[in-house]
Amino acid sequence: MVYSKEVQLDLLERMLLIRRFEERAGQQYGLGKIGGFCHLYIGQEAVAVGALTALKPEDYALSGYREHGHALTRGTEPRRVMAELFGKATGTTKGKGGSMHIFDVERRFLGGYGIVGGQIPLGAGMSLATKYFGKDLVTMCFFGDAAVNQGVFHEVLNMAELWSLPTLFICENNKYGMGTEVSRAAAVPEVWKRGSNYNMHAERVDGMDVLAMRECCDRLVARARTDNKPALIEAVTYRFRGHSMADPATYRTKQELEEFRGKDPISTLRGALTEQKHLDEAGFKALEAKIKKTIDEAVKFAEESPAPDLSERFTDVYFGEPQAAGAE
Amino acid sequence: MAILSYRDALNQALHEEFERDDTVILLGEEVAQYQGAFKVSQGLLQKFGAKRVIDTPISEAGFVGMAIGAAMLGLRPIAEVMTFNFAILALDQMINNAAKMYSMSGGKLHIPMVLRGPGGAAHQLASQHSQALETQYAMIPGLKVVLPATPADAKGLLKSAIRDPNPVVFIEGEALYPTKGEVPDGEYTIALGKADVKRAGKDVTLIAWSRMTLVALEAAALLEKSGIDAEVLDLRTVRPVDREAILSSVRKTNRAVVVEEAWPWATVGASVVDLIQREAFDDLDAPVLKLNGVDAPMPYAKNLEHQMLPDPEQVAEAARKVLYR
Repeated sequence: MVYSKEVQLDLLERMLLIRRFEERAGQQYGLGKIGGFCHLYIGQEAVAVGALTALKPEDYALSGYREHGHALTRGTEPRRVMAELFGKATGTTKGKGGSMHIFDVERRFLGGYGIVGGQIPLGAGMSLATKYFGKDLVTMCFFGDAAVNQGVFHEVLNMAELWSLPTLFICENNKYGMGTEVSRAAAVPEVWKRGSNYNMHAERVDGMDVLAMRECCDRLVARARTDNKPALIEAVTYRFRGHSMADPATYRTKQELEEFRGKDPISTLRGALTEQKHLDEAGFKALEAKIKKTIDEAVKFAEESPAPDLSERFTDVYFGEPQAAGAE
Repeated sequence: MAILSYRDALNQALHEEFERDDTVILLGEEVAQYQGAFKVSQGLLQKFGAKRVIDTPISEAGFVGMAIGAAMLGLRPIAEVMTFNFAILALDQMINNAAKMYSMSGGKLHIPMVLRGPGGAAHQLASQHSQALETQYAMIPGLKVVLPATPADAKGLLKSAIRDPNPVVFIEGEALYPTKGEVPDGEYTIALGKADVKRAGKDVTLIAWSRMTLVALEAAALLEKSGIDAEVLDLRTVRPVDREAILSSVRKTNRAVVVEEAWPWATVGASVVDLIQREAFDDLDAPVLKLNGVDAPMPYAKNLEHQMLPDPEQVAEAARKVLYR
């Protein structure tokens, strides 16, 4: 599959936006503006961008807690994501979710989830509903390599295949579940092979190559949409930073990091675009400048936005009840 | 008004709600072809088809989580577990996803689903199948927790639970399925969060829910013989709890006994006692007593099992104690 100049430039811009957003988020974390757990997506950009651009706006997606990039790719304004990281009232969930729980219901990004693998049943359940209502919509459910050792992964792959649900299960295999290398956690470290347990179509794809990712998802989205067929995609990728801001990642070697930095998805696509004479130095600089402006504006917006009102402690607990009306 | 079993009252509620709203679906273990492990879903598959009545594998976390995901996009799923002992496997989905979704999404996604099935002890099912586990849900903001004691309440509360826009944990008394009572025909709903005075009295309040309501009523009958007029308050919903009903009854009788099937430590019953002592201390003429199951796993042997849960004599004894008689 050959993608047009416009498509490739769009993919590059989306990846670069994530990269610069995450770098700035890391910096703001260091400055104490962002608290809690903050898991950066740097290095893995090609997975979210290649996959999610294969969807229609009406389709659905959800992810784990390393999900800033997925929301940005679905079109969520960077300033609303940044404001959420800052815990501000103008954030994606009014400061209630933070880094691990970015939601943008209007753009059909139905959340980041903090329990490893806990979102996998939700993704299949969403497909159960779209199929029930007779809509030809696809749900992409992202999770990490550690999630495949959770029981729900197996339970849900079994039911999704049994019931022909149009869900794409996308495992972002970045080699480490926090500090544990995949081969130390999985008897079958080739994640894609697990699809065969459930007769589910499965593929391994180079998650550092955005075009390969996109090509794979274009095919499997079409198959899911027309035939209600789920699939398991193992995207082999790498995070350049630690598991979270608190992790210096001393469990892996410099050589390994350098090896993967050599496959940086942004440099790779930029190189290809340069070679095809679709992008010159000036063009890339202009793109960088545009993104820098967006990120600067996002930080300013987050900085200047108000914190949530204290009354928000009691809202959004029960639907239809303005104040929490629980046991007490 | 017809005389129906608790089981048939639930079945009627399901049929009526399936008829009323085609976004209601049922998924769970043996709910379709087998007609329900306890026959609560009898006839639904034949009437509404396999698209709405779905047999699942034994994968509680998986299918309960899928029900939550389906609720996110507008279905009203009912997830049936064969017993609430199995729902422990789905606690992560209920606590981390269903209960948190509305808050975590900033008020954008709510979860109109019901998790239902039998709970509590039945007959000689031993330790893993004889547990009263409502407290593990009742402590969680975002959930509602309902435990009907009678056939009429079973129908009215299940219909309300299905219509509620929030996740509702609906625990049916496993030992109550064959019990019978009058059930209103057709449209009949009971608001969640409302307790019910099952027997009015003036001397002491017996507070219970689910199967213990019947034990409290038997105790009240025993007490009547010795001239004690007990009020039996059935909480019906343990989250949100009907504070006003509890406090107004205690303010009238000045004495209370909480009767709970669960083990004694850190429970719904303990929170009810806490509420009474905080809010009605000056109205009390005696310390509030709480009766529970024996603090040990349920044994299989019949003679042992019969000594594990509060019985009417023990409840009557506790009532006499708070009356200093």
